[in-house]
Amino acid sequence: MALVYAGVCSHAPGITGRADQADPAVRDAFYESFDQMRQDIEASGAEAIVIIAAEHFANFFMNNMPSFAMGMADFYDGPIEDAAWLGIDKFRAPGNKDLSRRLITEVMQSADVSYAEEWKFDHGIAVPLHFLTPRFDLPVIPVNINCQGPPLTPVHRAWAFGEALRRACDAVPEKIAIVGTGGISHWPATPDSGKINEAWDRDFLDRWSRNDKDALLDYDDTQVYADAGQGGFEIRTFVTVSAAANGAPGDVHFYAPIPIFAVGCTIASYRLAV
Amino acid sequence: MSLYYVQKFLFELNRDEGLQQSYLHDRAGVLEPFELTDEETSALVEPDIGLLFHLGVNGQILMHFAALHQIAWADYLQLMRDGIEKHGPVREGVYAMTGYEGVDAHAESLGQSNRSE
Repeated sequence: MALVYAGVCSHAPGITGRADQADPAVRDAFYESFDQMRQDIEASGAEAIVIIAAEHFANFFMNNMPSFAMGMADFYDGPIEDAAWLGIDKFRAPGNKDLSRRLITEVMQSADVSYAEEWKFDHGIAVPLHFLTPRFDLPVIPVNINCQGPPLTPVHRAWAFGEALRRACDAVPEKIAIVGTGGISHWPATPDSGKINEAWDRDFLDRWSRNDKDALLDYDDTQVYADAGQGGFEIRTFVTVSAAANGAPGDVHFYAPIPIFAVGCTIASYRLAV
Repeated sequence: MSLYYVQKFLFELNRDEGLQQSYLHDRAGVLEPFELTDEETSALVEPDIGLLFHLGVNGQILMHFAALHQIAWADYLQLMRDGIEKHGPVREGVYAMTGYEGVDAHAESLGQSNRSE
């Protein structure tokens, strides 16, 4: 069994870019939880980290939009955003082309996925890496799910992709950590930025913690948009991790709405039987 | 109206530092290869953040265009609100207004000492 860690976290650019504007008490508690996630991943012995992100038009655009894409390179540069704006210096993160190729080949047996030998990380991956591998010493395998440009990847396909990803992780000898990043409810980069539907978030996290497949797939995009904004479409990344966890129960380690970060800040993980 | 090409230009601009420099030196010139209306060209040249949001540009693309023009976050949010006030609801794309009260008020309701200015 090669999957040694499965968790989720937030990735909003304000987490690092507007850190000085947040309530210090809430912000620091969130940062501490992020650091505990880093320690848990290190303790798992993970030799690579698969980050399942909801990209924001940094690499993929409506001229050629994949439902799923995985990186297959030996390095990745980031952040694509202005470093001062994001609050993260330019970096080069290590990849593992050979491991990527083996994982992608296995995923393709049961799910359609595009691959990319070139990928510039935006905040969706750069913010989690900033906290989880601050020395950029753990090979990263980026994954993207189309949560931005309709028609979006169906949620039930995100589940099927997660199952395929789990099979792939179990087929390689390396120890793998999977981290999904995204929403939950939020209205990022719009006039409604900072709005958070805490009740909706907590209900989603309850379903996620129980790893209740039927409940997790019981979301309609029209209703998600009404209740949780266009940022709510990013639940696909969390759902993929649920499927990869293969029924394991989960724990929410941190949740707090932080409006200036424009998201309900979340850290959670599954108790894998490893 | 060609929202696709407005966003395509901004997508390429956000990724390419060379194009950013060319844009800052000759804004109209770099737009020539794109299929844009006069209104769209004007909004990208000025730049008019409020009009671009009204036209339907995705905020995940637009916020980096605002940052390129050194527009602070709080001002970026206000420019979009002003655009809706002036031009009406978003014409095309995924957005609709939801009557949100704003970051500061929302943070205060949560008992947080927000400092968004």
